[in-house]
Amino acid sequence: MTIQILMPALSPTMEEGTLAKWLVKEGDTVASGDIMAEIETDKATMEFEAVDEGVVGKILVAEGSENVAVNTPIAVLLEDGEDASAAEAAGSAPPAEDTTAEAPALAPAAQPIAVVEVPMEDIPEGTTFTSIPVREALRDAMAEEMRLDDKVFLMGEEVAEYQGAYKVSQGLLDEFGAKRVIDTPITEHGFTGIATGAAFAGLRPIVEFMTFNFAMQAIDHILNSAAKTRYMSGGQMGAQMVFRGANGAAARVGAQHSQDYATWYAQIPGLKVCMPYSAADAKGLLKSAIRDPNPVVFLENEILYGRSFDVPDLDDFTVPIGKAKIWRSGDDVTIVSFGIGMQYALEAADRLAEDGISAEVIDLRTLRPLDSQTVVNSVMKTNRCVTVEEGFPVCSIGSYISSILMQEAFDYLDAPVINCTGKDVPMPYAANLEKLALVTTDDVVEAVKSVTYR
Amino acid sequence: MATAKRAARPKKANSSAEELLHYYREMLTIRRFEEKAGQLYGMGLIGGFCHLYIGQEAVVVGLEASAEEGDQRVTSYRDHGHMLACGMDPKGVMAELTGREGGYSRGKGGSMHMFSAEKNFFGGHGIVGAQVPIGAGLAFANWYQGNDRVSFAYFGDGASNQGQVYETMNMASLWKLPCIFVIENNQYAMGTSLKRASSTPELYTRGAAFGIPGEAVDGMDVLAVKAAGEKAVAHCRSGAGPYILEMKTYRYRGHSMSDPAKYRTREEVQKMKDEKDPIDHVRDMLTQGKHATPEDLKAIDKEIKKLVSEAADFASESPEPALEELYTDIYA
Repeated sequence: MTIQILMPALSPTMEEGTLAKWLVKEGDTVASGDIMAEIETDKATMEFEAVDEGVVGKILVAEGSENVAVNTPIAVLLEDGEDASAAEAAGSAPPAEDTTAEAPALAPAAQPIAVVEVPMEDIPEGTTFTSIPVREALRDAMAEEMRLDDKVFLMGEEVAEYQGAYKVSQGLLDEFGAKRVIDTPITEHGFTGIATGAAFAGLRPIVEFMTFNFAMQAIDHILNSAAKTRYMSGGQMGAQMVFRGANGAAARVGAQHSQDYATWYAQIPGLKVCMPYSAADAKGLLKSAIRDPNPVVFLENEILYGRSFDVPDLDDFTVPIGKAKIWRSGDDVTIVSFGIGMQYALEAADRLAEDGISAEVIDLRTLRPLDSQTVVNSVMKTNRCVTVEEGFPVCSIGSYISSILMQEAFDYLDAPVINCTGKDVPMPYAANLEKLALVTTDDVVEAVKSVTYR
Repeated sequence: MATAKRAARPKKANSSAEELLHYYREMLTIRRFEEKAGQLYGMGLIGGFCHLYIGQEAVVVGLEASAEEGDQRVTSYRDHGHMLACGMDPKGVMAELTGREGGYSRGKGGSMHMFSAEKNFFGGHGIVGAQVPIGAGLAFANWYQGNDRVSFAYFGDGASNQGQVYETMNMASLWKLPCIFVIENNQYAMGTSLKRASSTPELYTRGAAFGIPGEAVDGMDVLAVKAAGEKAVAHCRSGAGPYILEMKTYRYRGHSMSDPAKYRTREEVQKMKDEKDPIDHVRDMLTQGKHATPEDLKAIDKEIKKLVSEAADFASESPEPALEELYTDIYA
């Protein structure tokens, strides 16, 4: 019986990869643990080991092949006594069933982003765009600001020699050296306090949390030390710094690695909080955050890191903090979201359009200060509002927006505001339960139909 | 590599009369200021928590004598002494205690949260232990900028059990940060004595796991403190990394104004006052060495009384902050 070797998933969010190099050739005998190939994921180049013993009967995917989907057969292994003809037969067999079908619905990296109907602000006519992934946009933003100001430095776990746990800081160590790209021990509480002290003394630290789940160890310094000092010192000193990293659910990483902390930080006076969706906003907002004289919490998303969006080819492209963006205009309902929630909002808007419902989609981009005026103005036009976020429902960003609309647009509302959120449960691991726990495009479509009485 | 060691008792510096008089004046200013603060608290002019430094004066006065222009300091909520010792104006400090416009934080910080950018005093922190990584962060900035400044991170025996202190010591040693960890061991973390809270009472050895040298110092002897401070400062300025000073000291008053201090005996407190008082110690040296006459000292006492009295008047008369201040200084 031949054994099909499938393209492996080498990270929680990997859906495809590049088969960079074969380290075995047809006819080679391999044993369990032998390295067979090098595979490039969205995060790193990984070695791929053989699990079974046998002879490499046929290589099905040539080295250098890009965008090889997870679970595609890439080679056939012959067991004792089998010959190459078995490999031929196996190689032509239909691909193995895609076992990722039950994974949370994620748009593949290659899928185009919903059409931007409203042009980006403040971009000169004739500007060209390059499609780059969010992780590169973030890296470019840091690199550009570090070139401009030698007080800016990056500190965190695996940011330097490892090139970033999610490859966001790739190349920065080479360009800026170990003094400005600093690997820390795994001590979030301690290094966040050190960075805050350095900011008090006039440096401009960027603190990377591998994920914001780990920032819980450090939240005392983010709130009590960084956010409150300007007030407590009567304006004498403050912390010009950025706390950034992956926030929210990745895929199949369970309760302790999947929380969205947007609402936690958005509550704190003294902090600014950004949570971009697109690569352009990630770049423009991060540059603004690094320049901002206040502590800024910058919430990224692991799934979005690999998603590509058009970024303007401008030398110094910034996006103002505190300004929402209208992605598409519409008349029947306002959908307000931010971060990865925008993916569901935009998909829902596309589907609703097919049913003749015209949705205006607003990306808050910044959660503090919140651009409530853009939301209120939109709802005065559409008279209906649905909010979309991945976080928990209790005291959510959506519930705050609902309260703003009650106070500022009550007479304009034709239906109750509905908050689409993650479910009120710790994130489960099982694929089917995780899918249930997350907010979905279906949730948004259903909510819009409810408020538009369709 | 355990580099922590019990230092030989520092040699008494051959101090000049001028120097001794300076310490006397500085320590007495703190004592009288704190007594006045206690009085104003009793009158309801100071609210909330108010932690007095009485008994510990030699620690900050001795260490400030070892510091140079540009060095930074950061401490906990028991911070009045540190502020006065680094040269902050008693009027501004007292007015902050009363929550007035004339306070260092314009009344918005209070006793526990006060700062002076001008004097490189970075607080005044209300979260026990949080000032330790902040102090190392100040040192990090010195290292990053390549200047030769050092930072003093003061914390108590209570804070010395916080996890972030050890995270900080590890990084400070790893990166050779010019940070002096000053453990003010006044023997009580609020109401919990050192022996009930610390598995090892030799706090100066707490950096041993990270290769940080440390020494225990008689924190009631300002000259011993200064000598130890100079050694630590020289170590840090040379680029050799952080240093730990455990100051054996004692607070005469309760943890805060609202602490009845039932966890220790009157006799224990009285014994310290009688035998170890840091101000009496310097006064004795001054008179025995014939550096000052009783009249000289009386004149200084009078001068300080006036200074503190003026601070109290200023703090009582300065208006409360304007209501608009509620919304200022949140963002730059």
